[in-house]
Amino acid sequence: MSAPFSVVLPGSAAPGPAPATPRHLPNRGGPANPSADALRARFEGGITRVEVIWGETNVYVDRALLFDVVQWLHDDASQRYDYLSDVTAVEYRDPEQPLEVVWHLRSLPYRRFLRVKVELPKDGTTLLEVPSVWSVYKGADWLERECYDMFGIRFVGHPDLRRILMWEQYHEGYPLRKDFPLRGRFGRAEQLRQALAANPEARYSMEELTVAQAFEDLPEAMRARLQTGERTGE
Amino acid sequence: MGLSARPADTPARADTAGSGESWVATRLDFLVNWGRAGSLWPMPFGTACCAIEFMATAASRFDLARFGMERMSFSPRQADVLICAGRVPFKLAPVLRRIWQQMPQPKWCISMGACASSGGMFDNYAVVQGIDTIIPVDVYVPGCPPRPEGLLYGILMLQEKVKRERMSDTSLRNEMDPDPKSGLYIPPAAIDELSEPFGNSVHQTRSGL
Repeated sequence: MSAPFSVVLPGSAAPGPAPATPRHLPNRGGPANPSADALRARFEGGITRVEVIWGETNVYVDRALLFDVVQWLHDDASQRYDYLSDVTAVEYRDPEQPLEVVWHLRSLPYRRFLRVKVELPKDGTTLLEVPSVWSVYKGADWLERECYDMFGIRFVGHPDLRRILMWEQYHEGYPLRKDFPLRGRFGRAEQLRQALAANPEARYSMEELTVAQAFEDLPEAMRARLQTGERTGE
Repeated sequence: MGLSARPADTPARADTAGSGESWVATRLDFLVNWGRAGSLWPMPFGTACCAIEFMATAASRFDLARFGMERMSFSPRQADVLICAGRVPFKLAPVLRRIWQQMPQPKWCISMGACASSGGMFDNYAVVQGIDTIIPVDVYVPGCPPRPEGLLYGILMLQEKVKRERMSDTSLRNEMDPDPKSGLYIPPAAIDELSEPFGNSVHQTRSGL
Protein backbone atom coordinates (compact mmCIF):
# COMPACT_ATOMS: atom_id res chain seq x y z
CA MET A 1 0.00 0.00 0.00
CA SER A 2 2.81 2.41 -0.72
CA ALA A 3 1.62 3.36 -4.18
CA PRO A 4 -1.27 5.67 -3.12
CA PHE A 5 1.13 7.83 -1.18
CA SER A 6 3.84 8.26 -3.81
CA VAL A 7 4.44 11.95 -4.30
CA VAL A 8 3.28 13.39 -7.62
CA LEU A 9 4.47 16.86 -8.43
CA PRO A 10 2.10 18.96 -10.53
CA GLY A 11 3.17 18.93 -14.14
CA SER A 12 5.82 16.28 -13.58
CA ALA A 13 4.51 14.10 -16.39
CA ALA A 14 4.33 16.92 -18.93
CA PRO A 15 7.40 19.09 -18.44
CA GLY A 16 7.22 22.41 -20.16
CA PRO A 17 6.90 26.07 -19.48
CA ALA A 18 5.27 27.15 -16.27
CA PRO A 19 1.50 27.53 -16.62
CA ALA A 20 0.24 31.03 -17.21
CA THR A 21 -3.24 32.44 -16.88
CA PRO A 22 -4.86 32.17 -20.31
CA ARG A 23 -6.20 35.39 -21.75
CA HIS A 24 -8.94 36.19 -24.27
CA LEU A 25 -10.62 32.82 -24.00
CA PRO A 26 -13.54 32.32 -26.37
CA ASN A 27 -16.91 31.51 -24.91
CA ARG A 28 -17.21 28.40 -27.02
CA GLY A 29 -14.61 26.55 -28.98
CA GLY A 30 -10.88 26.53 -28.77
CA PRO A 31 -8.40 23.77 -28.15
CA ALA A 32 -9.92 20.87 -26.24
CA ASN A 33 -8.25 18.94 -23.50
CA PRO A 34 -6.18 16.16 -25.15
CA SER A 35 -7.93 13.70 -22.88
CA ALA A 36 -11.13 14.26 -24.85
CA ASP A 37 -9.63 12.83 -28.03
CA ALA A 38 -8.09 10.00 -26.07
CA LEU A 39 -11.48 9.21 -24.60
CA ARG A 40 -13.08 9.25 -28.05
CA ALA A 41 -10.45 6.85 -29.34
CA ARG A 42 -10.92 4.56 -26.37
CA PHE A 43 -14.68 4.60 -25.84
CA GLU A 44 -16.01 5.76 -29.24
CA GLY A 45 -19.81 5.70 -28.91
CA GLY A 46 -19.71 6.07 -25.15
CA ILE A 47 -18.71 9.72 -25.52
CA THR A 48 -21.87 11.56 -26.55
CA ARG A 49 -20.30 14.93 -27.26
CA VAL A 50 -17.44 17.20 -26.30
CA GLU A 51 -17.75 20.92 -25.65
CA VAL A 52 -15.13 23.52 -24.92
CA ILE A 53 -16.53 26.41 -22.91
CA TRP A 54 -14.30 29.19 -21.64
CA GLY A 55 -11.31 27.00 -22.33
CA GLU A 56 -12.58 24.13 -20.22
CA THR A 57 -13.59 20.82 -21.71
CA ASN A 58 -16.91 19.15 -20.98
CA VAL A 59 -17.20 15.51 -21.93
CA TYR A 60 -20.70 14.03 -22.04
CA VAL A 61 -20.58 10.35 -21.26
CA ASP A 62 -23.11 7.59 -21.59
CA ARG A 63 -24.36 6.64 -18.16
CA ALA A 64 -23.56 2.95 -18.56
CA LEU A 65 -19.93 3.70 -19.35
CA LEU A 66 -19.36 6.39 -16.75
CA PHE A 67 -17.58 4.20 -14.26
CA ASP A 68 -15.26 2.71 -16.90
CA VAL A 69 -14.47 6.19 -18.21
CA VAL A 70 -13.60 7.55 -14.79
CA GLN A 71 -11.56 4.50 -13.87
CA TRP A 72 -9.67 4.64 -17.15
CA LEU A 73 -8.97 8.35 -16.68
CA HIS A 74 -7.66 7.59 -13.20
CA ASP A 75 -5.56 4.53 -14.04
CA ASP A 76 -4.23 5.12 -17.52
CA ALA A 77 -0.61 6.25 -17.57
CA SER A 78 -1.34 8.81 -20.28
CA GLN A 79 -4.14 10.47 -18.26
CA ARG A 80 -3.56 10.02 -14.51
CA TYR A 81 -6.52 12.03 -13.24
CA ASP A 82 -5.60 11.56 -9.62
CA TYR A 83 -7.82 14.19 -8.02
CA LEU A 84 -11.59 14.33 -7.96
CA SER A 85 -12.39 17.86 -6.89
CA ASP A 86 -16.17 17.81 -7.05
CA VAL A 87 -19.25 15.76 -7.74
CA THR A 88 -22.39 17.77 -8.23
CA ALA A 89 -25.46 18.06 -10.40
CA VAL A 90 -27.19 20.70 -12.48
CA GLU A 91 -30.89 21.05 -13.07
CA TYR A 92 -32.04 23.62 -15.59
CA ARG A 93 -35.24 25.60 -15.39
CA ASP A 94 -36.26 24.33 -18.78
CA PRO A 95 -38.06 21.03 -18.09
CA GLU A 96 -37.03 19.80 -21.53
CA GLN A 97 -33.38 19.90 -20.63
CA PRO A 98 -31.99 16.86 -18.88
CA LEU A 99 -30.58 16.87 -15.39
CA GLU A 100 -26.80 16.63 -15.44
CA VAL A 101 -24.47 14.98 -12.99
CA VAL A 102 -21.01 16.51 -13.10
CA TRP A 103 -17.62 15.17 -12.08
CA HIS A 104 -14.68 17.56 -11.89
CA LEU A 105 -11.46 15.70 -12.49
CA ARG A 106 -7.97 17.09 -12.24
CA SER A 107 -4.72 15.52 -13.36
CA LEU A 108 -1.87 16.85 -11.28
CA PRO A 109 0.93 15.18 -13.29
CA TYR A 110 -0.36 16.51 -16.63
CA ARG A 111 -1.87 19.76 -15.32
CA ARG A 112 -5.23 19.02 -16.89
CA PHE A 113 -8.80 19.70 -15.89
CA LEU A 114 -11.70 17.72 -17.26
CA ARG A 115 -15.40 17.99 -16.60
CA VAL A 116 -17.30 14.76 -17.13
CA LYS A 117 -21.07 14.93 -17.40
CA VAL A 118 -23.86 12.39 -17.54
CA GLU A 119 -27.28 13.46 -18.74
CA LEU A 120 -30.40 12.09 -17.06
CA PRO A 121 -33.53 13.01 -19.05
CA LYS A 122 -36.44 14.26 -16.98
CA ASP A 123 -39.00 12.24 -18.89
CA GLY A 124 -40.21 10.38 -15.84
CA THR A 125 -38.96 7.03 -17.04
CA THR A 126 -35.24 7.49 -16.41
CA LEU A 127 -34.20 6.59 -12.91
CA LEU A 128 -31.96 9.16 -11.28
CA GLU A 129 -29.17 6.65 -10.84
CA VAL A 130 -25.53 6.85 -11.76
CA PRO A 131 -22.65 4.59 -10.79
CA SER A 132 -20.62 5.64 -7.77
CA VAL A 133 -16.93 6.34 -8.29
CA TRP A 134 -16.19 5.76 -4.64
CA SER A 135 -14.10 2.68 -5.39
CA VAL A 136 -11.80 4.83 -7.55
CA TYR A 137 -11.74 8.01 -5.48
CA LYS A 138 -12.42 7.55 -1.76
CA GLY A 139 -12.99 11.29 -1.56
CA ALA A 140 -16.19 10.84 -3.54
CA ASP A 141 -17.90 9.51 -0.43
CA TRP A 142 -19.17 12.77 1.04
CA LEU A 143 -19.44 14.50 -2.34
CA GLU A 144 -21.86 11.87 -3.56
CA ARG A 145 -23.76 11.98 -0.29
CA GLU A 146 -24.19 15.73 -0.69
CA CYS A 147 -25.33 15.32 -4.27
CA TYR A 148 -27.82 12.68 -3.15
CA ASP A 149 -29.02 14.92 -0.33
CA MET A 150 -29.58 17.97 -2.50
CA PHE A 151 -30.69 16.41 -5.80
CA GLY A 152 -31.88 12.92 -4.95
CA ILE A 153 -29.51 11.22 -7.34
CA ARG A 154 -28.71 7.70 -6.23
CA PHE A 155 -25.11 6.63 -6.61
CA VAL A 156 -25.15 2.89 -7.16
CA GLY A 157 -22.28 1.25 -5.33
CA HIS A 158 -21.82 3.94 -2.70
CA PRO A 159 -21.07 2.28 0.66
CA ASP A 160 -23.18 4.57 2.85
CA LEU A 161 -25.59 6.68 0.83
CA ARG A 162 -27.55 8.82 3.28
CA ARG A 163 -28.17 12.50 3.81
CA ILE A 164 -25.25 14.62 4.88
CA LEU A 165 -26.42 18.25 5.13
CA MET A 166 -30.05 17.80 6.09
CA TRP A 167 -30.86 15.53 8.98
CA GLU A 168 -31.62 11.95 8.19
CA GLN A 169 -35.31 11.99 8.99
CA TYR A 170 -35.78 14.89 6.58
CA HIS A 171 -38.40 13.86 4.08
CA GLU A 172 -39.56 17.08 2.47
CA GLY A 173 -37.63 16.24 -0.66
CA TYR A 174 -34.43 17.35 -2.30
CA PRO A 175 -33.85 21.07 -1.75
CA LEU A 176 -31.90 21.99 -4.88
CA ARG A 177 -34.39 20.48 -7.29
CA LYS A 178 -36.38 22.99 -9.30
CA ASP A 179 -39.72 21.65 -8.12
CA PHE A 180 -38.73 22.21 -4.49
CA PRO A 181 -40.34 25.32 -2.99
CA LEU A 182 -37.87 27.77 -1.51
CA ARG A 183 -39.43 27.58 1.95
CA GLY A 184 -39.87 23.84 1.93
CA ARG A 185 -43.02 21.83 1.54
CA PHE A 186 -44.26 21.89 5.12
CA GLY A 187 -45.40 24.78 7.28
CA ARG A 188 -42.93 26.42 9.61
CA ALA A 189 -44.40 24.90 12.76
CA GLU A 190 -44.35 21.43 11.24
CA GLN A 191 -40.75 21.90 10.10
CA LEU A 192 -39.80 22.97 13.61
CA ARG A 193 -41.61 20.08 15.20
CA GLN A 194 -39.81 17.59 12.96
CA ALA A 195 -36.45 19.26 13.46
CA LEU A 196 -36.83 19.26 17.23
CA ALA A 197 -37.94 15.65 17.20
CA ALA A 198 -34.64 14.67 15.61
CA ASN A 199 -32.23 13.39 18.21
CA PRO A 200 -28.75 13.97 16.82
CA GLU A 201 -27.05 11.87 19.45
CA ALA A 202 -29.10 8.81 18.64
CA ARG A 203 -27.38 8.39 15.31
CA TYR A 204 -24.00 10.09 15.49
CA SER A 205 -21.46 8.70 17.91
CA MET A 206 -17.88 9.49 18.73
CA GLU A 207 -16.91 6.14 17.25
CA GLU A 208 -18.09 7.42 13.92
CA LEU A 209 -15.70 10.33 14.16
CA THR A 210 -12.65 8.30 15.11
CA VAL A 211 -9.62 8.04 12.89
CA ALA A 212 -8.38 4.86 14.50
CA GLN A 213 -9.66 2.75 11.62
CA ALA A 214 -7.64 4.79 9.16
CA PHE A 215 -4.45 4.00 11.04
CA GLU A 216 -3.74 0.84 9.09
CA ASP A 217 -3.88 2.74 5.81
CA LEU A 218 -1.18 5.18 6.80
CA PRO A 219 2.31 4.79 5.35
CA GLU A 220 4.82 2.80 7.34
CA ALA A 221 6.96 5.75 8.38
CA MET A 222 3.97 7.70 9.66
CA ARG A 223 2.65 4.73 11.61
CA ALA A 224 6.01 4.25 13.29
CA ARG A 225 6.13 7.91 14.20
CA LEU A 226 2.64 7.90 15.65
CA GLN A 227 3.28 4.72 17.61
CA THR A 228 6.23 6.26 19.41
CA GLY A 229 4.08 9.24 20.26
CA GLU A 230 6.15 11.69 18.27
CA ARG A 231 4.31 14.85 17.29
CA THR A 232 5.20 16.89 14.26
CA GLY A 233 4.05 20.19 12.95
CA GLU A 234 3.43 21.78 16.32
CA MET B 1 -24.07 51.03 38.28
CA GLY B 2 -23.04 50.41 41.83
CA LEU B 3 -25.11 50.66 44.96
CA SER B 4 -26.64 53.95 44.02
CA ALA B 5 -30.37 54.42 44.15
CA ARG B 6 -32.61 53.28 41.32
CA PRO B 7 -33.41 55.75 38.58
CA ALA B 8 -36.24 58.03 39.51
CA ASP B 9 -38.56 56.68 36.83
CA THR B 10 -38.25 53.08 38.00
CA PRO B 11 -41.37 52.19 39.96
CA ALA B 12 -39.40 50.06 42.38
CA ARG B 13 -41.42 50.79 45.47
CA ALA B 14 -44.71 51.56 43.90
CA ASP B 15 -45.35 48.07 42.52
CA THR B 16 -44.29 46.34 45.72
CA ALA B 17 -46.14 48.66 48.03
CA GLY B 18 -49.46 46.88 47.74
CA SER B 19 -48.11 43.33 47.72
CA GLY B 20 -47.46 43.15 51.41
CA GLU B 21 -43.72 42.63 51.08
CA SER B 22 -41.65 43.89 53.91
CA TRP B 23 -38.93 46.46 53.68
CA VAL B 24 -36.35 43.71 54.28
CA ALA B 25 -37.60 41.64 51.35
CA THR B 26 -37.48 44.53 48.93
CA ARG B 27 -34.01 45.52 50.10
CA LEU B 28 -32.84 41.92 49.76
CA ASP B 29 -34.33 41.83 46.27
CA PHE B 30 -32.37 44.91 45.44
CA LEU B 31 -29.14 43.40 46.70
CA VAL B 32 -29.62 40.04 44.97
CA ASN B 33 -30.68 41.64 41.71
CA TRP B 34 -27.77 44.02 41.85
CA GLY B 35 -25.44 41.07 42.29
CA ARG B 36 -27.02 39.04 39.51
CA ALA B 37 -27.21 41.88 37.02
CA GLY B 38 -23.59 42.74 37.61
CA SER B 39 -22.24 39.23 37.12
CA LEU B 40 -24.11 37.70 34.23
CA TRP B 41 -22.06 34.94 32.67
CA PRO B 42 -22.81 34.64 28.97
CA MET B 43 -22.93 31.41 27.05
CA PRO B 44 -21.90 32.40 23.53
CA PHE B 45 -23.80 30.49 20.88
CA GLY B 46 -22.16 32.03 17.84
CA THR B 47 -23.04 30.53 14.47
CA ALA B 48 -22.35 33.31 11.98
CA CYS B 49 -21.10 36.85 11.46
CA CYS B 50 -22.89 38.14 14.57
CA ALA B 51 -20.39 36.11 16.56
CA ILE B 52 -17.60 38.25 15.13
CA GLU B 53 -19.32 41.36 16.47
CA PHE B 54 -19.85 39.54 19.73
CA MET B 55 -16.11 38.85 19.92
CA ALA B 56 -15.46 42.51 19.24
CA THR B 57 -17.82 43.37 22.08
CA ALA B 58 -15.92 41.11 24.40
CA ALA B 59 -12.53 42.43 23.33
CA SER B 60 -10.74 45.39 24.80
CA ARG B 61 -12.23 48.25 22.78
CA PHE B 62 -15.81 47.70 23.92
CA ASP B 63 -14.90 45.57 26.91
CA LEU B 64 -17.82 43.47 28.03
CA ALA B 65 -16.01 43.05 31.35
CA ARG B 66 -17.26 46.49 32.39
CA PHE B 67 -20.68 44.91 32.87
CA GLY B 68 -19.50 41.87 34.76
CA MET B 69 -19.58 39.58 31.74
CA GLU B 70 -15.89 38.99 31.24
CA ARG B 71 -16.23 35.32 32.01
CA MET B 72 -17.47 33.53 28.89
CA SER B 73 -19.04 30.31 30.00
CA PHE B 74 -18.52 27.73 27.32
CA SER B 75 -20.38 25.21 29.42
CA PRO B 76 -24.12 25.87 29.63
CA ARG B 77 -24.18 24.54 33.18
CA GLN B 78 -22.31 27.56 34.51
CA ALA B 79 -24.00 30.14 32.31
CA ASP B 80 -26.65 32.76 33.03
CA VAL B 81 -27.28 34.30 29.63
CA LEU B 82 -27.50 32.49 26.33
CA ILE B 83 -26.42 34.90 23.61
CA CYS B 84 -27.50 33.40 20.30
CA ALA B 85 -25.43 35.22 17.68
CA GLY B 86 -26.20 34.17 14.14
CA ARG B 87 -28.61 32.13 12.09
CA VAL B 88 -29.79 28.79 13.37
CA PRO B 89 -30.56 26.10 10.81
CA PHE B 90 -33.22 23.53 11.56
CA LYS B 91 -30.55 20.91 12.04
CA LEU B 92 -29.16 22.95 14.93
CA ALA B 93 -32.57 23.52 16.55
CA PRO B 94 -32.46 20.44 18.83
CA VAL B 95 -28.91 21.36 19.85
CA LEU B 96 -29.90 24.89 20.83
CA ARG B 97 -32.91 23.55 22.69
CA ARG B 98 -30.69 21.08 24.57
CA ILE B 99 -28.19 23.78 25.54
CA TRP B 100 -30.99 25.97 26.84
CA GLN B 101 -32.39 23.12 28.91
CA GLN B 102 -28.95 22.42 30.35
CA MET B 103 -28.63 25.94 31.72
CA PRO B 104 -29.68 26.26 35.37
CA GLN B 105 -32.19 28.81 36.60
CA PRO B 106 -32.09 31.77 36.75
CA LYS B 107 -31.31 32.14 33.06
CA TRP B 108 -31.96 34.61 30.32
CA CYS B 109 -31.56 34.68 26.58
CA ILE B 110 -30.46 37.39 24.18
CA SER B 111 -31.26 36.92 20.51
CA MET B 112 -28.56 38.84 18.70
CA GLY B 113 -29.09 40.01 15.15
CA ALA B 114 -31.77 39.75 12.51
CA CYS B 115 -31.25 36.06 11.71
CA ALA B 116 -31.54 34.83 15.27
CA SER B 117 -34.53 37.08 15.92
CA SER B 118 -36.54 36.46 12.77
CA GLY B 119 -34.61 34.37 10.27
CA GLY B 120 -33.44 37.58 8.64
CA MET B 121 -32.85 37.34 4.93
CA PHE B 122 -32.79 33.54 5.08
CA ASP B 123 -36.46 32.91 4.47
CA ASN B 124 -35.80 29.43 3.14
CA TYR B 125 -36.21 25.75 3.88
CA ALA B 126 -33.18 25.41 6.14
CA VAL B 127 -33.23 28.29 8.62
CA VAL B 128 -35.29 28.68 11.79
CA GLN B 129 -37.46 31.78 11.54
CA GLY B 130 -36.53 33.24 14.91
CA ILE B 131 -35.12 31.32 17.85
CA ASP B 132 -38.07 32.38 19.98
CA THR B 133 -39.84 29.47 18.30
CA ILE B 134 -37.36 27.12 20.01
CA ILE B 135 -36.51 28.80 23.32
CA PRO B 136 -37.89 31.77 25.27
CA VAL B 137 -36.07 35.01 24.48
CA ASP B 138 -35.72 38.02 26.80
CA VAL B 139 -34.00 40.63 24.65
CA TYR B 140 -33.86 40.97 20.87
CA VAL B 141 -30.98 42.97 19.44
CA PRO B 142 -31.71 44.17 15.90
CA GLY B 143 -29.03 44.65 13.27
CA CYS B 144 -27.27 42.72 10.55
CA PRO B 145 -25.01 42.30 12.40
CA PRO B 146 -25.56 44.65 15.35
CA ARG B 147 -22.72 46.95 16.29
CA PRO B 148 -21.11 46.17 19.64
CA GLU B 149 -22.89 49.22 21.01
CA GLY B 150 -26.16 47.58 20.03
CA LEU B 151 -25.31 44.40 21.86
CA LEU B 152 -24.18 46.42 24.89
CA TYR B 153 -27.50 48.25 24.86
CA GLY B 154 -29.31 44.92 24.77
CA ILE B 155 -27.23 43.69 27.68
CA LEU B 156 -28.01 46.85 29.65
CA MET B 157 -31.70 46.31 28.94
CA LEU B 158 -31.37 42.76 30.21
CA GLN B 159 -29.72 44.07 33.35
CA GLU B 160 -32.66 46.43 33.83
CA LYS B 161 -34.98 43.46 33.51
CA VAL B 162 -32.97 41.49 36.05
CA LYS B 163 -33.05 44.41 38.48
CA ARG B 164 -36.83 44.53 38.40
CA GLU B 165 -37.35 40.93 39.44
CA ARG B 166 -38.78 40.10 42.84
CA MET B 167 -38.18 36.99 44.89
CA SER B 168 -41.82 36.88 45.87
CA ASP B 169 -42.76 36.35 42.22
CA THR B 170 -41.83 32.68 41.90
CA SER B 171 -43.22 32.40 38.39
CA LEU B 172 -40.05 34.02 37.10
CA ARG B 173 -38.04 31.01 38.19
CA ASN B 174 -40.30 28.30 36.84
CA GLU B 175 -38.75 26.37 34.00
CA MET B 176 -40.93 26.96 30.98
CA ASP B 177 -41.93 23.64 29.53
CA PRO B 178 -42.80 23.39 25.87
CA ASP B 179 -46.22 22.15 24.91
CA PRO B 180 -45.94 18.35 25.10
CA LYS B 181 -48.00 17.83 21.95
CA SER B 182 -46.16 20.14 19.58
CA GLY B 183 -42.86 20.43 21.47
CA LEU B 184 -43.00 24.21 20.99
CA TYR B 185 -43.33 27.19 23.29
CA ILE B 186 -45.54 29.13 20.91
CA PRO B 187 -48.74 27.67 19.43
CA PRO B 188 -48.00 26.21 15.97
CA ALA B 189 -50.65 28.39 14.37
CA ALA B 190 -48.92 31.50 15.69
CA ILE B 191 -45.57 30.33 14.30
CA ASP B 192 -47.09 29.69 10.90
CA GLU B 193 -48.73 33.09 10.92
CA LEU B 194 -45.61 34.93 12.05
CA SER B 195 -43.43 33.15 9.49
CA GLU B 196 -45.58 34.09 6.55
CA PRO B 197 -43.54 35.86 3.89
CA PHE B 198 -43.76 39.62 3.96
CA GLY B 199 -42.23 42.54 2.09
CA ASN B 200 -40.16 41.61 -0.92
CA SER B 201 -40.15 37.92 -0.17
CA VAL B 202 -43.84 37.74 -1.09
CA HIS B 203 -42.75 37.98 -4.69
CA GLN B 204 -40.42 35.03 -4.57
CA THR B 205 -41.72 32.15 -6.57
CA ARG B 206 -42.70 29.23 -4.43
CA SER B 207 -42.09 26.48 -6.95
CA GLY B 208 -39.55 28.00 -9.32
CA LEU B 209 -41.52 26.82 -12.30
